[in-house]
Amino acid sequence: MSDQEDDIILSELSDEELVPQIHDDLYDGLKEEIEESVNILLGRGWMPYDVLTKALVEGMRIVGIDFRDGILFVPEVLLAANAMKGGMAILKPLLAETGAPRLGNMVIGTVKGDIHDIGKNLVTMMMEGAGFEVKDLGINNPVENYLDELENGDYDILGMSALLTTTMPYMKVVIDTMVEKGMRDDYTVLVGGAPLNEEFGKAIGADAYCRDAAVAVETAKEFMAKKHNQMNA
Amino acid sequence: MIEVSDHTLTEQGLDARGSDPARVLVLACGALAREILALFKINKWDHMDLTCLPAKWHMTPDLITDGVEDVVRKHRGDYDQIFVAYADCGTGGLLETKCAELGVEMIAGPHCYSFFEGNDVFAATAEDEITAFYLTDFLVSVFDSFFWKPMGLDRHPELLEMYFGNYEKVVYQAQTENAELTAKARDCAARMGLRFERRFTGYGDLQTALAGIPAAR
Repeated sequence: MSDQEDDIILSELSDEELVPQIHDDLYDGLKEEIEESVNILLGRGWMPYDVLTKALVEGMRIVGIDFRDGILFVPEVLLAANAMKGGMAILKPLLAETGAPRLGNMVIGTVKGDIHDIGKNLVTMMMEGAGFEVKDLGINNPVENYLDELENGDYDILGMSALLTTTMPYMKVVIDTMVEKGMRDDYTVLVGGAPLNEEFGKAIGADAYCRDAAVAVETAKEFMAKKHNQMNA
Repeated sequence: MIEVSDHTLTEQGLDARGSDPARVLVLACGALAREILALFKINKWDHMDLTCLPAKWHMTPDLITDGVEDVVRKHRGDYDQIFVAYADCGTGGLLETKCAELGVEMIAGPHCYSFFEGNDVFAATAEDEITAFYLTDFLVSVFDSFFWKPMGLDRHPELLEMYFGNYEKVVYQAQTENAELTAKARDCAARMGLRFERRFTGYGDLQTALAGIPAAR
């Protein structure tokens, strides 16, 4: 940030100035500033859902575009995500209280044998920002973890992540087990991770391969819209 | 032996010298250049030439398959045979499919950490070592420019936990006996906040794979 920006007093900005400032601060990964701005907007009577969508999600959307275009790199995205996490922590309890719209419920986890979770955590955060309730199972999940959670909850989507060529085939184990148990068609299965590709997603029987967090959100929204259309048909 | 800097191998790779008198072109990741050139020298494999793609593609494996195809198509008229010294390396099977389509052989296994250790041994121990972060001689020597700076850890140490929080140890797979590299690898592990283990692997299945290439058609 420039020296000029260091002098900005967030509480003195109008709403019209503060929202783009939040976008800039997210871009720069400034967690404390994001937390302060979120509290300012809430204090001014903004609905938590509006703070989330107009300030945080829109800011992360810009970060996502610049990451895809090679303008931002992984460290900057992680700093932005960390800043958004700070804002989300304030908003999350308020969203439920104020009846913010929920698009659907998702279970997500990194597959057995794999401890990589950066991508999965980004997807979790972006999905929550988009209005999904997400249960994050963490890393190194055997098939039982996924199935137990699906069977004991009210979920629409299963998300699986893997970073290694050696662990990504385990996604097929999970999907095959779902087929065996007759529960595969009850869920949308989304997969992602660096070594995956669309062909692999198709080959293992997933509904879609998502190359990044933004695509995961859009894909999940599309599947939920289809589901609602089918239910209303 | 060809002198080439770590920086060049990381950013640009290595051009082939030319086919005379070599009849086999080894197409490798820049991270393997020193080991392959050492094997050429030790074994007097004068019939082999080497070209490398940038080692930094380790971080962007989606570039590897197309990069390999370009080099194979460019050089296939110049050599009797082209051998791809890549394992799957994060291409999710696409490289294997492409090599089969191009009619060239490649190294078996998921990645260089596996074939340095020996694919069979690595596969047998992989499940117990999922929290290991592997380094090779090359990766130790370029650790800062390859990992630390591109990951932003020189500027944002607070990201360390996000990157390495799930790891428990660094396994330094040493291809050579080099006290200086071992000390540096130990320091890398300390900076990452992980336990350190050194494992001498030599050239592992890389040597076996290259030795299996016939000297002549």
